[in-house]
Amino acid sequence: MNKKILTVDDSRTMRDMLKLALSDAGYDVVQAEDGVDGLETLDREGADVVITDINMPRMDGFGFIEGVRANPAYRGLPVLVLTTESSPEKKARAKEAGATGWIVKPFDPVKLVDVVRRVSG
Amino acid sequence: MSADDPFEAIKQTFFLECEELLTDLEASVTALTFGDGDGETINAAFRAIHSIKGGAGAFGLEDLVRFAHVFETFMDELRSGRKACDDTAIRAMLHASDVLADHVSFARGLIPSMDEERSATVANDLRALMNGAGPAPLPAAAPEPSAPAGTTDEIEAAFGFKPVMFNLDALPEDAAMVPEGWTISFKPHVRLYETGNEPALLLRELARLGPCTVTLHAEALAPFADLHETAAGLSWTIELDAPVEKTAIQEIFEFVEDECDLVIAPKGGALDTPDVGDVDIAALLAAATAPASDPVVPAAADVDIQALLAAAQAPLVPPIQSAGEAPTTAPQTPTKAPAATAAAAPATSAGTQASIRVDLDRIDKLINVVGELVIQQAMLAQSVAECGLTASSTVKVGLEDLEQLSREIQDSVMAIRAQPVKSVFQRMPRLVREVAEMTGKQVRLVTEGEATEVDKTVVDRLAEPITHMIRNAIDHGLEDSEGRAAAGKPKEGTIRLAALHRSGRIVIEVSDDGRGINRERVRKIAIDRGLIAADANLTNEETDNLIFLPGFSTADTVSDISGRGVGMDVVRRSIQQLGGRISIASTPGKGSVFTMSLPLTLAVLDGMVVRAGGQTLLSPLPSIIESFTPREGDLHRIGARDWVIRFRDRFLPLIDTAKVLGFSPPDRGEINGKDGIAIVVENEGGSQVALWVDDIQGQRQVVIKSLETNYRKVEGISAATILGDGRVALILDIDALVVLGRQQANHADFKIAS
Repeated sequence: MNKKILTVDDSRTMRDMLKLALSDAGYDVVQAEDGVDGLETLDREGADVVITDINMPRMDGFGFIEGVRANPAYRGLPVLVLTTESSPEKKARAKEAGATGWIVKPFDPVKLVDVVRRVSG
Repeated sequence: MSADDPFEAIKQTFFLECEELLTDLEASVTALTFGDGDGETINAAFRAIHSIKGGAGAFGLEDLVRFAHVFETFMDELRSGRKACDDTAIRAMLHASDVLADHVSFARGLIPSMDEERSATVANDLRALMNGAGPAPLPAAAPEPSAPAGTTDEIEAAFGFKPVMFNLDALPEDAAMVPEGWTISFKPHVRLYETGNEPALLLRELARLGPCTVTLHAEALAPFADLHETAAGLSWTIELDAPVEKTAIQEIFEFVEDECDLVIAPKGGALDTPDVGDVDIAALLAAATAPASDPVVPAAADVDIQALLAAAQAPLVPPIQSAGEAPTTAPQTPTKAPAATAAAAPATSAGTQASIRVDLDRIDKLINVVGELVIQQAMLAQSVAECGLTASSTVKVGLEDLEQLSREIQDSVMAIRAQPVKSVFQRMPRLVREVAEMTGKQVRLVTEGEATEVDKTVVDRLAEPITHMIRNAIDHGLEDSEGRAAAGKPKEGTIRLAALHRSGRIVIEVSDDGRGINRERVRKIAIDRGLIAADANLTNEETDNLIFLPGFSTADTVSDISGRGVGMDVVRRSIQQLGGRISIASTPGKGSVFTMSLPLTLAVLDGMVVRAGGQTLLSPLPSIIESFTPREGDLHRIGARDWVIRFRDRFLPLIDTAKVLGFSPPDRGEINGKDGIAIVVENEGGSQVALWVDDIQGQRQVVIKSLETNYRKVEGISAATILGDGRVALILDIDALVVLGRQQANHADFKIAS
């Protein structure tokens, strides 16, 4: 059975890009549009890996990750942050929220899959 | 560029999304301009720019990325409160959002060239305003360490963009000299597990680089009670027998470098010459070397990687449990986040699937088929009616239900194409800004009824006339600041743009609080241009509407702004082509109101079914003023061929519909007042003419079928439809018909004269 990846991003373009790259690599992809939607989708559909944007309406990526980490059911669930800023502060902030790692936009599809594999096996 | 190319498809999605994002941005900026914005408004603007930048990066649209980056950085300053969101900042945002929109249009190929100079100026303005932070670094100016050569080319070939690598603190000398192998000491902290990282996976990644000899140090696990975040338990020493670059190893540990003690050193006593690049090297070194010198618990012997992976799964549980016991290591806020989730969940499930994107062609196809269905249903109803069944027969009752359903389907399908006029209205603030800047006037735009819905085709064609009317209102309608002050008005002029539904049509109003129409001047121009007689007796309303006459606005009444070679007559004609009308009402000194009304859809039409020369025709209802049977003496012949008809104490030209369209031989008997009906219609000049027809059969809503697509263009006919009895009825093009009538009359006169 394919691994399932939840992508959380308010940009349709970015969701489509992620889906294209991940589906090509044999992953199943479920999508959510913001942090709130992401937590809800995760509860409903489950996921083996989560990739989330940071800047989103309603609930941003940091809030989303904190929400994931607050739920014992998702202990050890890899959550990757999509960020255009590769600044150390952003990474530190993501780490503080409980992110497993990050992917810098624009991402290269091969690299993306590498990173997903690195955190999910 | 095929539609099957998924990447190209996403690019198209990106541009569509950009359109929406730019609209959002415009709305945010507009709100801020009027002081209606708050922190969330700035946030929303930031997100819009950020999303555009993100997508643009993926498609290698470098100029767009570069500009969006500066703009985004600027918005970030505002968002964080480091920079005040004052008038200067808002003005910069206005310009920047315009330039950003231009960048998107250019990338999309919608505009032929990009005003690079303006872009650079605006970007510099933004940077200057962020003076505290200094000029924003451009993304292109700070390239990340490059990717392995092989993959870069592949990716670039396949996707058209360069991959950006992860930010690693690689030391230059590491790249220069690659040792035979590496000794890696790795000791995870509790936090590493808490963030969902997994040592087993990291070890497996290392094994991909080359043959590994992994030593597990489990001795630290023994004192369970003393577990601490910096001593989670297990640690590993890995001997990697491969001449790889250090960056390759660092990349694997990239996400966890702050959550473990990690020392990467060239193999063979290299641990004694620590890597100066690591900050807390002394502590790490101590941690890394400790197990090797610890004689109490023998280190696990060299094992193969599979066994190690299995072993590595084990420590996952204890450290995480320890996290719960140690209060300092629990960063979660367990109560807050789940509550927020639960509260927002219902809204989400409704919102996620609230809309789908459908290709317009599919909807048009559906509309077409539904049109056929309605026609078929009408034909069936007529056949049944001819069978002479009783009103209570099941066939008739069933047919009535069917009719009801078909109508509902038709309405629902039409509703699919309905769109709010918002998309057009939101383009106007920029226009107002530009025109205001050019004229040096202060203008405030107020919009109302943005949610008013109308068929997509109509929405698309609204932009041009609205643009023109707004330009006109600012340029000609509003006085300059001094003029306004002299008239006791506020310095800032107001343009109001409103949309509303009225009796099955959409009404768009553009009003200004300017000087109103100078009737004396309009009248003089009209007389000078020979549009009206010098002694013409016109009402105020008629005088105002003279500005729509062809030939009224010419070079010396047209300025740079509202002119551009298009007169109000062209605006009027384009609106009439959509089955609409436009008029102006003006109060001197107070302002003017342009009102245009349009049908809600172009797919169906309300028309009057008439017969002329034995043919069934349809006259569009919006053009019809009145129909009447003339009394004796109402008809008068002018010259050899022309007729006029008395209507409300005026004489209107009478057009013999059948003759003009060639339905009757030219030698057919003359019009007489007994066997016909006059339909008074309004023509393109706003003046009225009467059409002469045999009789009127009733009023009907019909589905419009293009004649040009199915046959060819016919003079005087705009389209066709199919009536209930299956006959094709041609829909009259009133304007063309009037012109045609005039030409034929002239031609006839010419023949007589010669």
